[in-house]
Amino acid sequence: MKVVKTIKLYINGEFVRTESGRSYSYNVAGKNTQFARLCQASRKDFRNAVESSKEGFKSWASKTAYNKSQILYRMAEMTEGKRHEFEELFMEALGKTQGEATAMVDSAIDTFVYYSGFCDKFHQIAGSINPVAGPFHNFTHIEGVGVTTLVEDDEFDFQKLVDSICSILTGGNSVIVLLGEGCPAVLGPLAEVFATSDLSNGTVNILSGHLDELRDYIAQHREVRSVSFQSSREDVFHDMKQKSTDNMKRMIPRHKKQKCLENILNFVEYKTVWHPVGY
Amino acid sequence: MATVSLKVPGGNKITIPHYPIDMIGADERAGTFTKRSIKKQSKLDALYLAIEMTDLTTLGGDDTPGKVEQLCGKAINPVPPQYLEELSRLVPNKELRPIPSVAAVCVYPEQVPVAVRCLEGTGINIASVATAFPAGQLPLDIKLKDVQRAVKFGATEIDMVIDRGAFLRGDYQKVFDEIVAVKEACGEDVHLKVILETGELKTYDNVRLASWMAMEAGADFIKTSTGKVQPAATMPVTLIMLQAIQDFYEQTGKKIGMKPAGGIKTAKQAIHYLVMVNETLGSDWLDPHMFRFGASTLLNDLLRQIFAQYSGQYFYDDIFSLD
Amino acid sequence: MTKKKTTKKAAKKTAKKSTSKAAKTKTPKAAKSVKKTTKKAAPVKTKKFVFDYDPAPESKAIVNIKSRYEHFINGEFVAPVAGKYMDTINPATTEVLAKVAVGDAKDVDKAVKAARKAFEGTWGQMSGSERGKYLFRIARILQERAREFAVLETLDGGKPIKESRDVDVPLAAAHFFYYAGWADKIEYAVPGREAKPVGVCGQIIPWNFPLLMAAWKIAPALAAGNTVVLKPAEQTSLTALLLAEVCQEAELPAGVVNIVTGAGETGAAITAHQDINKIAFTGSTDIGKIIAKAIAGSNKKLTLELGGKSANIIYEDAALDQAVEGVVNGIFFNQGHVCCAGSRVLVEESIADTFIKKLEKRMKQLRVGDPMDKNTDVGAINSKEQLDKIKALVAKGKTEGGNFHEADVKIPSKGYFCKPCFFAHQSASSTISRVEVFGPVLSIQTFRTPDEAITKANDTNYGLAAGIWSEKGSKIHKTALGLKAGVIWANTYNKFDPTAPFGGFFESGYGREGGLQGILPYLEVK
Repeated sequence: MKVVKTIKLYINGEFVRTESGRSYSYNVAGKNTQFARLCQASRKDFRNAVESSKEGFKSWASKTAYNKSQILYRMAEMTEGKRHEFEELFMEALGKTQGEATAMVDSAIDTFVYYSGFCDKFHQIAGSINPVAGPFHNFTHIEGVGVTTLVEDDEFDFQKLVDSICSILTGGNSVIVLLGEGCPAVLGPLAEVFATSDLSNGTVNILSGHLDELRDYIAQHREVRSVSFQSSREDVFHDMKQKSTDNMKRMIPRHKKQKCLENILNFVEYKTVWHPVGY
Repeated sequence: MATVSLKVPGGNKITIPHYPIDMIGADERAGTFTKRSIKKQSKLDALYLAIEMTDLTTLGGDDTPGKVEQLCGKAINPVPPQYLEELSRLVPNKELRPIPSVAAVCVYPEQVPVAVRCLEGTGINIASVATAFPAGQLPLDIKLKDVQRAVKFGATEIDMVIDRGAFLRGDYQKVFDEIVAVKEACGEDVHLKVILETGELKTYDNVRLASWMAMEAGADFIKTSTGKVQPAATMPVTLIMLQAIQDFYEQTGKKIGMKPAGGIKTAKQAIHYLVMVNETLGSDWLDPHMFRFGASTLLNDLLRQIFAQYSGQYFYDDIFSLD
Repeated sequence: MTKKKTTKKAAKKTAKKSTSKAAKTKTPKAAKSVKKTTKKAAPVKTKKFVFDYDPAPESKAIVNIKSRYEHFINGEFVAPVAGKYMDTINPATTEVLAKVAVGDAKDVDKAVKAARKAFEGTWGQMSGSERGKYLFRIARILQERAREFAVLETLDGGKPIKESRDVDVPLAAAHFFYYAGWADKIEYAVPGREAKPVGVCGQIIPWNFPLLMAAWKIAPALAAGNTVVLKPAEQTSLTALLLAEVCQEAELPAGVVNIVTGAGETGAAITAHQDINKIAFTGSTDIGKIIAKAIAGSNKKLTLELGGKSANIIYEDAALDQAVEGVVNGIFFNQGHVCCAGSRVLVEESIADTFIKKLEKRMKQLRVGDPMDKNTDVGAINSKEQLDKIKALVAKGKTEGGNFHEADVKIPSKGYFCKPCFFAHQSASSTISRVEVFGPVLSIQTFRTPDEAITKANDTNYGLAAGIWSEKGSKIHKTALGLKAGVIWANTYNKFDPTAPFGGFFESGYGREGGLQGILPYLEVK
């Protein structure tokens, strides 16, 4: 008999069960057989993730661009190392063919590599030195917004998921991923990638659970500075937008495409610094 | 620039902490005074005050007794009486306030006897530049002789130069000791103005430090420039010095005077300086004892503007330019 | 030897001097002689020279204020559909300057239709270089009519003529010049990507920099190829309407710029309009949140430039005199009606006393009064409502301890005026140190270490601006990195430039205005 494992949440660099003691069954695509059990993250789990993410943000933001780049590349390497695990998961849980599964992992790895190379470049493209009319050195520097929650699409697309995470990380933010209902079992191997990529605890947290249970809480938590809303549920997006205005959360709608500068720039703040030029 | 430590007469040490100046901020602040709009009676009063504060200066290699006599005549009576009469005919209903004499004439030591003769009894001060003016590049004993001679001739104020070479190479003690020595040579009755030659010190940090050293060493006035180096007095440099005077006063209770010199040619500029004094040190320094302009052509423009202020007309330039 | 002689000579002089004329005011002669005899004793007791600047009012003659102002829709001035008007006053005198149209949903709809038509027609079809030429033309006309704009701005808003003349109007013109040049270079604003204009933009601006905010909004929008419906603040509509005249003079195609005047309801009609693609708002955080909520259900793009409680950090190694200037400029510029005002000073404890002493002395020099006087530093509070709000907050502040200091200055008895003031040594939880006063009221607190300074500076839900004063480069950079604010002024404050992006973190809004980054919100990147 197969041992069905329960996939734990990934919070603050650790694999933990939900404090609520709740779990739900994730079935093999199109069948009634259970693939795994997943923790159903509660509000408290989310709150813990935010706490951890705050610290993770500080640590991540203070790393050099070069170091961030190295770490994202490390994620590509670790994904490569777990290729079979991912492929098996996609074949078994999603019913993909070997060819399809391989392509999914390939494109995800490419995406890690793409953003790895962007970490130390986008500042030069989107930042600026501004020729003000006066004796001042003036430059616009870019930094992350802060703790960002990613609401993943229910329709699972591995590359899109990686793209969404990477665009947030590249911008200098920490991320709390709330996986969609499509393939929450990806939590296991994906969290292991992050756990072994020299990230500080809390830079990436991954939760499985139900958006409808957590959406108000995410929208209203003031330490969450922005939300990347990649789900197709537009009504939920508008509702969360409305509820998030109290802290002027940056509510970012579904990305139009992958692997592009715009996705990074959705999660940055521009800081313009003035200094006199004189003796 | 770090804290400067100096030995003072008697063997004690003083330290002058670094007091940084931001150039752009200082320039901006100085610029705000030039935006003041001084009109009507306040303008007229300021013009009169500026005359009373003027050190009418001639410091040429071509100075002669004749030139200095002319200068002294103008110092006593800046405007020939006949033109004042003409002015009063133009504005019969206005009371014309008499044009005051200037504060001092400023000449080389060799011309001091001429000035003494011409100004006898007028109360106008005789300022003499000394200490190997303008470069100050001679040994101290010669500088002191220069001072003693000027004093002996009857100078009532000595305008000395500091050794900028020593300052810039970091020999602050030498700069300080020379001022102390010159002050002693001046004695108690002769006022000492210490010229920093800010155009050679270049940075405002240097100006601040030199100002403070001069005040510690016994200067009665600190003065921007010899007039021989460009730039001479500027608004920001003067502001730095006024703020140093303010801080020195807060710390020691001693009121030191200020003299911008060189480059102040128009009445408008002079009013800007007075506005600056007014809004930094205040009324106590709006006084010829505490503030002077070192200038030559300024006086004519002040007079021109006074005439215009009374009559609404501009007079021939020539009638003011006899000196 | 020399000393003796001088003394003798001086004595002789004094004797001779007796014939000299008795001075009404002190002359150098009289002064000198006394000083000579008494040596360095007290100077002569004469009347001190008191330098009172006579009034220097700017002439109002250059401006022709109409009795009634209409909306500017589709290139023409048109009466409001409902026929309603409101008063606009001069806050320095409380006199009514003119009546201004009150717009409702129908007026807004007319304006949006005109803007849509222009977007799809003339303006949308025009090449970038042609669009740019219109903007250059507007910029030039603004410069040529600068005095007129400055006088009108001061009369309607109460800010000192010195500021409207030297800051507001030149910067407004500079913004048009800057963005004019972008119009035919959009592809360089988003290299490697393709971008289109957003469409019709609804823009709502505040009363603190009426013309300048109109320029900040209109110039980048038009450069990017959008058309606009702009609503000025109800207190200060006049310069925006004069700008409408400039648009006519520049022969800007009808409907590209539409201006609908009115108060909150007019603004709500703009945010609610279905055919507006983007809302840009500058104003209070409270209203910003209402707008964000109102359009949350739509796909309208939104940029917000909201309030702040910006910290001005003064380290012990700062150039202190310049820091004092920066603090004064930071909080008393435009009566403190500045979203990025440096309303919280954080000063290192070791220099706090010296700093406060210098600040008090400096505040004495502020000339508060007639905004039209060229020597006025602090003008009129923009409205009675705002003055009441400031007064209430100051009264509340006084009940919360600390030291209250009010500048020792005179203020006019008529009109809305407020003496510049500060609260020192209040707790970080006090009202004045947390709430945006939007007036000439400063909070001063101390800190001990850079980390503490940064933590205190960031202890706010805002994130618009911050100041740093230090002569140590590495400390400035480290502090700047730690501060959560969109604009950092190091060793300066309240500097603005069309090339420099401006905007906030967190509850200070989102999006940037100015610079390359300022054009992005007006573009849709494919």
